[in-house]
Amino acid sequence: MTNMTAVITQEDQALFVRTKRKQRYKQFIKGILFLLPSIALFSVFLFYPLLRTIYLSFFLTDASGATTVFVGWDNFVTLFQSTIFQQSIKSTFLFVLYTVPLTIVISLFLAIIANEKLKGIGFFRTIFSSTMGISVAAASVFWLYLFHPTIGFLNIIMDTFGLEKVGWLTDPSWALIAVAVTTIWMNIGFTFLILLGGLQSIDKYLYESADVDGAGYFYKLRRITIPMLSPTLFFVVTVTIINAFQTFGQVDILTQGGPQNATNLMVYSIYREAFTNYQFGSASAQAIILFIIILLMTIIQFKLGERKVHYQ
Amino acid sequence: MSYIELKDITKSYHAGNNILEQINLTIEKGEFFVLVGPSGSGKSTLLRMIAGLEDITDGVLKMNEKVVNHLQPKDRNLSMVFQNYALYPHLSVEQNILFGLKAKKVSKAEQQKRLKETAEMMGLSELLDRKPRQLSGGQRQRVALARSVVSEAPLCLMDEPLSNLDAKLRAQMRVEIRRLQKQLGLTLIYVTHDQVEAMTMGDRIMVLNDGEIQQVGKPITLYNEPANLFVASFIGSPKMNMGKTEIKDVSNFLVNKTLSFSADVRMQKAFQVHKNIIAGIRPEHIQPAIHQEATHSLEVIHVEQLGNETSLALDVGGELWTAKWPGQWDITAGNQLEVYISTEHLSFFDAQTEALIRPASFSGHGEVQAI
Repeated sequence: MTNMTAVITQEDQALFVRTKRKQRYKQFIKGILFLLPSIALFSVFLFYPLLRTIYLSFFLTDASGATTVFVGWDNFVTLFQSTIFQQSIKSTFLFVLYTVPLTIVISLFLAIIANEKLKGIGFFRTIFSSTMGISVAAASVFWLYLFHPTIGFLNIIMDTFGLEKVGWLTDPSWALIAVAVTTIWMNIGFTFLILLGGLQSIDKYLYESADVDGAGYFYKLRRITIPMLSPTLFFVVTVTIINAFQTFGQVDILTQGGPQNATNLMVYSIYREAFTNYQFGSASAQAIILFIIILLMTIIQFKLGERKVHYQ
Repeated sequence: MSYIELKDITKSYHAGNNILEQINLTIEKGEFFVLVGPSGSGKSTLLRMIAGLEDITDGVLKMNEKVVNHLQPKDRNLSMVFQNYALYPHLSVEQNILFGLKAKKVSKAEQQKRLKETAEMMGLSELLDRKPRQLSGGQRQRVALARSVVSEAPLCLMDEPLSNLDAKLRAQMRVEIRRLQKQLGLTLIYVTHDQVEAMTMGDRIMVLNDGEIQQVGKPITLYNEPANLFVASFIGSPKMNMGKTEIKDVSNFLVNKTLSFSADVRMQKAFQVHKNIIAGIRPEHIQPAIHQEATHSLEVIHVEQLGNETSLALDVGGELWTAKWPGQWDITAGNQLEVYISTEHLSFFDAQTEALIRPASFSGHGEVQAI
């Protein structure tokens, strides 16, 4: 009797292996089927354009975008020697520096005050998040009027205080700031909403426990709110930075890259190179550079963020 | 010396809809006081009002003879343990324990001294550098307790602190909390929905239902002389068996139309005053007919062998009653079982007012054995 129990013939063994392989194969096919829609979409709208852009960046093209001469790294070399492109990179980084910290700080402030349980707080939450529902075009036109040199509201205010009028969109030293202000205003809605969501998901018992322990408002803010919000803050910072690098609409409507290329941000520069100058090769090279910059920034953030962010 | 005094404490979120109705209560210094009741009875709300986390709609709350209605939680000199422990997930055990002391700007030396003492007392010395997520449920519970201990507040409030633990750990923590309370001389107000916790831990228990006090008293008093049907069925596990009682003839009455008992003079009088009467009997008082002659014969529906005792489900006029016999009994479901039920073990309640008419008459002597 005892001998019979543990005997597995080689045929059995082979059958086991075959069945297992078959099951694994079936699982794999099933998995691919689930992935298929996104693979298809990503391929058409992401992977193909990306490869095509890389390909184009090594060529000169005619006005229709067809490749003419292979130039290797020439497009990149020319770009880095061009003062206009250097100016564009500088403006882009300045723009990120102007918009991201201010957007986060203002949104965080609004989110914290809107997180209080007060009567009618829903009204303020709606107002604070409302810019999310406004299109870039509409917001830009709205700000275009505010910035208007003679009838613009901003200059009227300057006037009443006896200050000199400012050429918000025509003065090279003001134009980038004007575009930044518009962008901050537009981004606040989204950032506010995400941060408010983050605040509301913090366990209220933590605050009650701190109340019993005798912690003050700012102590709670510093020791509980900010650390507990850090994953949300990290997400918001990453998204805001990427968005800032990709700014286009406001620039196109407000300044068209001017004055003196002061607001010629990278995406606008790419657009101009491709569709005004018909230099698709050079435009593609710029796009690749932008891609690498954003990739590097994001990697750096994740490396730094790992240490500072407290996931639950 | 009363330490905490509640006078006509009322709570309502919407006018006319009171969650707590005129609660009057005093708690002594050093007492382990348990608030027990089903969920939604308002026990947590009452605790949070004492803590200062909820406003008091009406009434007076006094601590140490002083009215504290208006005081912030931090000014009431108390500590609190929450159901989910409320540990700060981003802080280490050490930082969690010291959070309150740092907020109150206690000196560094004092902080370290108290931390060391507390960590040793709670067995956390090895875990101080860990984050809460690296701790087991029992260890988290200990950190939450340590935060209370380190504050050295004379009053500690606990809101269902053991409900997230498994049964074994819960039994162990019950003993630990009780020992801690005695050791530190804390006044402890403990909220639970678990009557076993209430019975085993409390010096005194308050049973709350629908925002109204049902009974306040020592655990044994609540068990032996429940003030009404609610307390009778809430305290004790398995719960008290209950049945409608009717007069059969001059000297006999029937419970659940099945069990016949002889009525003494007092019972006969009671039947004249109260129209409907409900009789209750604890499972351990339906006894095997060994030392006494069998009084009734009942059908066994189900038998549970627990090893140290045997739990029987019996059919009494269509209702299931439970009997609990110590030791192991070889009984088969479906058979008729001879049992002994004494009238003096029956408690009687008015079916309309639900109030106690007469407790089981043995109470107070014989049952509780003094050593």
